[in-house]
Amino acid sequence: MNVLSANHIVKSFGKTTVLKNISFEVKRGEVLSVIGPSGSGKSTLLRCCTLLERVDSGNIVYGDLPMVQTGEHGKGIYSPGPVLQQIRRHFGLVFQNFNLFPHMSVLRNITEAPIRVAGQSREEAESRARALLSDMGLSDKERAYPCELSGGQQQRVAIARAMALQPDILFFDEPTSALDPELTGEILKVIRKLAEARMTMVVVTHEMAFARDVSDRVIFMDSGVIVEQGDPKQVIEHPKSERTRTFLSRFNGI
Amino acid sequence: MANLTWDEILRTLERMLGASVTTLELFGFTLLFALPLGLLVSFGRMSKVKPLRWAIQLYLLIMRGTPLMIQLIFFWFVLPAKSILPDSFSDQTCRLIVAIVAFSLNYAAYFAEIYRSGIEGVPSGQREAASVLGFSRGQTFFHVVLPQVVKRILPPMGNEFMTLVKDTSLAQVIAVAEMTWLAGKIQASMVSIFPVVVAAMFYLMMNAVVSKCFSVAEKRLSYYH
Ligand SMILES: Nc1ncnc2c1ncn2[C@@H]1O[C@H](COP(=O)(O)OP(=O)(O)OP(=O)(O)O)[C@@H](O)[C@H]1O
Ligand SMILES: [Mg+2]
Repeated sequence: MNVLSANHIVKSFGKTTVLKNISFEVKRGEVLSVIGPSGSGKSTLLRCCTLLERVDSGNIVYGDLPMVQTGEHGKGIYSPGPVLQQIRRHFGLVFQNFNLFPHMSVLRNITEAPIRVAGQSREEAESRARALLSDMGLSDKERAYPCELSGGQQQRVAIARAMALQPDILFFDEPTSALDPELTGEILKVIRKLAEARMTMVVVTHEMAFARDVSDRVIFMDSGVIVEQGDPKQVIEHPKSERTRTFLSRFNGI
Repeated sequence: MANLTWDEILRTLERMLGASVTTLELFGFTLLFALPLGLLVSFGRMSKVKPLRWAIQLYLLIMRGTPLMIQLIFFWFVLPAKSILPDSFSDQTCRLIVAIVAFSLNYAAYFAEIYRSGIEGVPSGQREAASVLGFSRGQTFFHVVLPQVVKRILPPMGNEFMTLVKDTSLAQVIAVAEMTWLAGKIQASMVSIFPVVVAAMFYLMMNAVVSKCFSVAEKRLSYYH
């Protein structure tokens, strides 16, 4: 069953078209990796899915709720605000540079949205946040502020913050790109654990070994189009397209 | 000063204590009105509605581009203060109110630009994170952006507050009986520099307090960066 399906998405910034007719779907419980060179539109795609950017045209449907549909004049028409807000509540996004709230403690970073947005009681939100922190191995850090944590710890808090709203899909935009190699491993381990728990995830990554070993499907993007998609072993080890091959040749030794 | 009697000194201090209240009122009410007004102005300055943005830019140019002293004279002559305000208000009260209006409009312009730089300085990722978590625009502003703005703008705000303390002396052009106005009057009649020195000490002490408050606030917000 598709949790999210996107069809014929077009997105431009001024005169440059960044997404050129992109179609893909995300199935429940699957891990979808998105790989591709810098500037190919991976972040823009995630940002369109999470409503941080608006598409020019195309359809995106979450479950059976339409997010945007191409109207008569070929322009994308978004659903009314309350519907978008309802959809948004099922999405989590983890950023490359964490984007934790610096003025809030680790615990409050995680409980703020459940309390203010989902209307949970403080006790409920805090006990859930503590459980998440313990999953992330950060039980001793709940009173710390983000600036007192390592990059890897901050990213784990960011994942806990996204998980606190019990999202249906978790999106990751290069979650390890701002981290040292040693810290990259600890984040990938967390994502691996989420994958084992059948969390639906879309991960933009430059970690080819991770994409190959953890994802159920891989999308290779270049210059705003999906060049190739399919089984991770097939796409990464035996790519069909020349462009995929050229891109992957830079990741020798995976 | 040596030729002043104790009696003269005490009477001078007593009169100046009264004027210091006027100075404090001008300072306090200006902040009370200009701080929130400045925030609204900064929203207008950042608005997507072009005509509003242009109007605000014109306002900012006029307020920051002409002397506050001239603005005070202008408001005193243009605002029919005496006919608008209740008859029971004394001449001094009317003058003080006009001064507060002029100061508030003038300082709101400076505060607006400080707010704007603070708001624009908060990384866009903060708003994006809040948006994906489902915060409304208002929640995002008050719980995510504003607390970080406050920390960012403390140093320039401290400067502005200290300038305001000293600028209150400009209200003497429309004969508001504040510290400097009174010091000048007493100085002329007593032929002594004593009241002027007292006024200077008063501003200095007031600014020492303002400066201390800001350094305490900065310290209290230093738990994150
Ligand atoms: N807000 C924006 N305004 C204008 N152009 C943009 C904007 N955001 C992205 N772009 C452009 O869109 C293109 C795709 O950018 P995007 O960030 O989606 O690429 P990416 O695949 O995520 O790259 P990277 O691997 O470097 O993160 C780039 O050419 C970029 O310059
Ligand atoms: Mg990117």
